[in-house]
Amino acid sequence: MQYDAVVIGVSAGGMNAMKIIFSLLPKDFGTPIIIVQHISPRSDNQWIDLLNDKSNLTIKEADEKEKIEKGTVYIAPANYHLLIEMNKTFSLTIDERVNFARPSIDILFESAAEAYKNKLIGVVLTGSNHDGAKGIKRIKECGGLVIIQDPKTAESAYMPTSAIAAVKPDYILSLEEITDLLIKIDKQKD
Amino acid sequence: MQSHLAAIVEAIYQKYGYDFRQYSEAHIKRRIMNRMAMSGLEDVSQMPSKILNDEAFASRLLQDLSITVTEMFRDPGFYRSLRENVIPILKTYPFIKIWHAGCSTGEEAYSMAIIMQEEGLYDRTTIYATDFNQRALNSAKEGIFSNKLMKEYTANYQLSGGKESFSDYYTSNYDHVIMNQSLKKNIVWANHNLVTDSVFAEVHLILCRNVLIYFERELQNKTQKLFYDSLINGGILCLGAKEGLHFTDLYEKYFELDKKQRIFKKKY
Repeated sequence: MQYDAVVIGVSAGGMNAMKIIFSLLPKDFGTPIIIVQHISPRSDNQWIDLLNDKSNLTIKEADEKEKIEKGTVYIAPANYHLLIEMNKTFSLTIDERVNFARPSIDILFESAAEAYKNKLIGVVLTGSNHDGAKGIKRIKECGGLVIIQDPKTAESAYMPTSAIAAVKPDYILSLEEITDLLIKIDKQKD
Repeated sequence: MQSHLAAIVEAIYQKYGYDFRQYSEAHIKRRIMNRMAMSGLEDVSQMPSKILNDEAFASRLLQDLSITVTEMFRDPGFYRSLRENVIPILKTYPFIKIWHAGCSTGEEAYSMAIIMQEEGLYDRTTIYATDFNQRALNSAKEGIFSNKLMKEYTANYQLSGGKESFSDYYTSNYDHVIMNQSLKKNIVWANHNLVTDSVFAEVHLILCRNVLIYFERELQNKTQKLFYDSLINGGILCLGAKEGLHFTDLYEKYFELDKKQRIFKKKY
């Protein structure tokens, strides 16, 4: 099975988790990655630049109407929901918060599941909110692959635990194991 | 657009005249599926006839499709830049016309009125605040907001460079506050649809923030043309934090007054 995109939902503890993942992913990692990290509405995007400096991949904020490209990591801007259109471009909205969050993981995941169907990998990482549980269920229903961080290894176990309660995951792994698995799957494409 | 979605937006347009045909599809789909889940309908294919035959249902759906999320002094950094970079330009005019397009429930129009009052310009200012959502406009006109929100709005106001006591701008009444009459007096609330209506007035300043993100590219361009035609030479255009002119033919026809805050000045 080949996958065309990875979506990741992460909340409390996410900064450390992403540092680990993006220091390990190699330069030739091709599958686009799209991330919702819960963050203060007033946050600027400097942390994205810092993450980008430490990574082999291009990490950037997602722009509205931007086309999703290989080898690129996109992060939802603070205070906007991020959606994926059927033509694999981004839309941004300022709709009501979902699960107290904007951006909301569920909104990204549900739209990504529609757009990528069984070509999607959904990943839920550390967090202290149940956002993402509904969305990861939708990804599974559409035939996507579901990976959830092992709650025992998560800085905050609530979010991965909620996701596991909502759906039977294909994998429950530590951050390092998740990264290894993503690299393995990405290599199968060639 | 997928066929069942297309049939739904077409039904809304044919019967009620609201045109969502060039809105971003993922957004429209999400709002429609939410309404669908609440409606008791079994299948999305039943929705077009429900829209045509049940006006109360259609009215609820229209409210779903109109996003009314807003704040006073939303993005304080933007309002700070407005005070620093735009007000000095507005001061040079004998009278000032401002168009707030997509004003929703009015929070940002009141924010603008407060700034103009503090800058001593409000007596020669008219703010045209427009939206296609009549219910939101009615609420804006009343100027009644939840008291709970005032703490956040006060923080926004202060971060935007406001130096007065924010609570002087409204009267508290239990759960709600009502904005001062002195702020309302030069705001003209009007129904205007950016998708289907034409040039509204000739103005010195247009604010349209977080409306264009909902539009597909072609409709964005059309709306930008409408704004360009509505601005005087040297007029100012303010867009949302994630909106720009890069993909329009008009990019060359504006200077960037503040790139980060998306403030543009129409060239002479």
